[in-house]
Amino acid sequence: MTTTSNGTDPGRTLAVVSAGLSQPSSTRLLADRLADATVRDLEDRGHTVRVETVELRDLAHAVVDAMLTRFPAGDLAGALEAVTGADGVIAVTPVFTTSYSGLFKSFWDVVDPDALTGMPVLLGATGGTARHSLALEYAMRPLFTYLRADVVPTSVFAATDDWAASADDPGAGLPRRISRAGRELAARVAERPGEGPADPFAATPSFTELLGGS
Amino acid sequence: MQFGIFSVSDVTTDPTTGRTPDDTERVRNMLTIARHADEAGLDVFATGEHHNPPFVASSPTTMLGYLAGVTQHITLSTATTLITTNDPVRLAEEYAMLQVIADGRMDLMMGRGNTGPVYPWFGQDIRNGIPLAVENYALLRRLWTEDVVDWEGKFRTPLQGFTSTPRPLDGVPPFVWHGSIRSPEIAEQAAYYGDGFLHNNIFWPMHHTRQMVRFYRQRFEHYGHGRADQAIVGLGGQVFMRKSSQDAWNEFRPYFDEAPVYGHGPSMEDFTQQTPLTVGSPQQVIDRYASFVDEVGYYQRQMFLVDHAGLPLKTVLEQIDILAEDVVPELRRIVEAKRPADDVPLNPPSHAERVAAARASGEMGVTHVGDSVDPYTGTVAEGTQPVTSSRTAAQEARA
Repeated sequence: MTTTSNGTDPGRTLAVVSAGLSQPSSTRLLADRLADATVRDLEDRGHTVRVETVELRDLAHAVVDAMLTRFPAGDLAGALEAVTGADGVIAVTPVFTTSYSGLFKSFWDVVDPDALTGMPVLLGATGGTARHSLALEYAMRPLFTYLRADVVPTSVFAATDDWAASADDPGAGLPRRISRAGRELAARVAERPGEGPADPFAATPSFTELLGGS
Repeated sequence: MQFGIFSVSDVTTDPTTGRTPDDTERVRNMLTIARHADEAGLDVFATGEHHNPPFVASSPTTMLGYLAGVTQHITLSTATTLITTNDPVRLAEEYAMLQVIADGRMDLMMGRGNTGPVYPWFGQDIRNGIPLAVENYALLRRLWTEDVVDWEGKFRTPLQGFTSTPRPLDGVPPFVWHGSIRSPEIAEQAAYYGDGFLHNNIFWPMHHTRQMVRFYRQRFEHYGHGRADQAIVGLGGQVFMRKSSQDAWNEFRPYFDEAPVYGHGPSMEDFTQQTPLTVGSPQQVIDRYASFVDEVGYYQRQMFLVDHAGLPLKTVLEQIDILAEDVVPELRRIVEAKRPADDVPLNPPSHAERVAAARASGEMGVTHVGDSVDPYTGTVAEGTQPVTSSRTAAQEARA
């Protein structure tokens, strides 16, 4: 990362996508904890950080409309821009029926499939018991691998019990996992030049290139 | 500015009666709609091209050739002609034939098509959509502008010494538009050739349309065809009108709710806000559509989708009358007053204007290629007398 001569840098943006349905939701709680950990680490590295949180519950109708009409309307358009324009993404879903929730998947289905290429992503999930924790690895991680995102090694699952476990409890350690995951994401985000989303018009090849390639 | 209608040719059940027309009725309705639009004084009728039910418009030049014979003034066009899956040689031949039959009262719009299986059905691969559009159109242009073509590409068998006939009317090919919703490459293609660019617009928010049109205009200027504001732009649109706005909403709502594409999705309230769909009085349509010039700059052609979603023929004909009588004259007066300069084209170029321009620049093509003697049949073009005895082996075998 280049730092300007007066020691400031252009800053970083994190997009936090939470697919929790209840209000308040433990999914959102985990998402906020992951964001806090990442922000702390980035700030320790001297970056200023802006966090944009996307609550999918508020966009549920718009997501289905976008599937049917093929264009995002209203707040959904803004949310998609926030996610694809971020320097890093934290994506957290409740585990429903052995996998990410349908709303969570539907949201990523309306994101441009090329928009997350190389994007640092931290994954989180919540569920009633730890028996669901591997959903992160067999369902969520492949989804983001397909999108060619740069998924950090630590993903964080929070079962109901974890919220009551002592930080010192060697078996639980949710706060430790959150810190480690946040640190990993912060390292990736810090390495990345804050360049924002690709402009589809600027990326369009000239017609002579198109002709040559045909 | 020209105002016209375009059809996707869907066969859809009328949700208010449960009645579904058969394919024959739908084709005949399209002919009636086009003739009615001509008589009402609209400027353009364009047909889509589809190769799967529930659509019937598989053979645009057959339909448009007939319409050329039974209409007087209306410009006949397509929306769109599939440049990806049609053989560009057949397109060159068919549309040059249509141009002659219509006496130049036609143009056409290229599109890639968005129905996945059409590609494999016609021997192509949808992943090659853009390269197919680029290569096929480059060949089509050569077939129209060069008399004898030697050609080799990736997607079609090579051509040696090929001449597409009939040669374009007066040696000047038809005007071509390129339609695309989301691919800047197609706007780039239209700009490169100095062709027109039409944004379908009807399922998309205006801010997206504005970006695409701006990009096309910039590239049009970049390639030296004129200033950005002189580029030839068209927009699609969608309206349903009655004298009273409330009547229009009540009558159209069941068709909207069940419509292919957006039915069962957003509410009509949301969709009319988010897209150019306007349901209401003629004045509301005028107000909304007069504002589009402020979004994309003065443009030359506004098309309306009016015959879809199972609307009965009688209703469609009424919509055409309302458009022609209560909307277009006033809308045209307002938008043409916003034309920024006299050298910004008022309309898309007509055949006569293109002929005059070609004559001025010395770019007229020839209107016949070759000797008067056909080397294959041994006949002259004007008559039937064999002038040689060079029969082929196959002819000998049949004799």
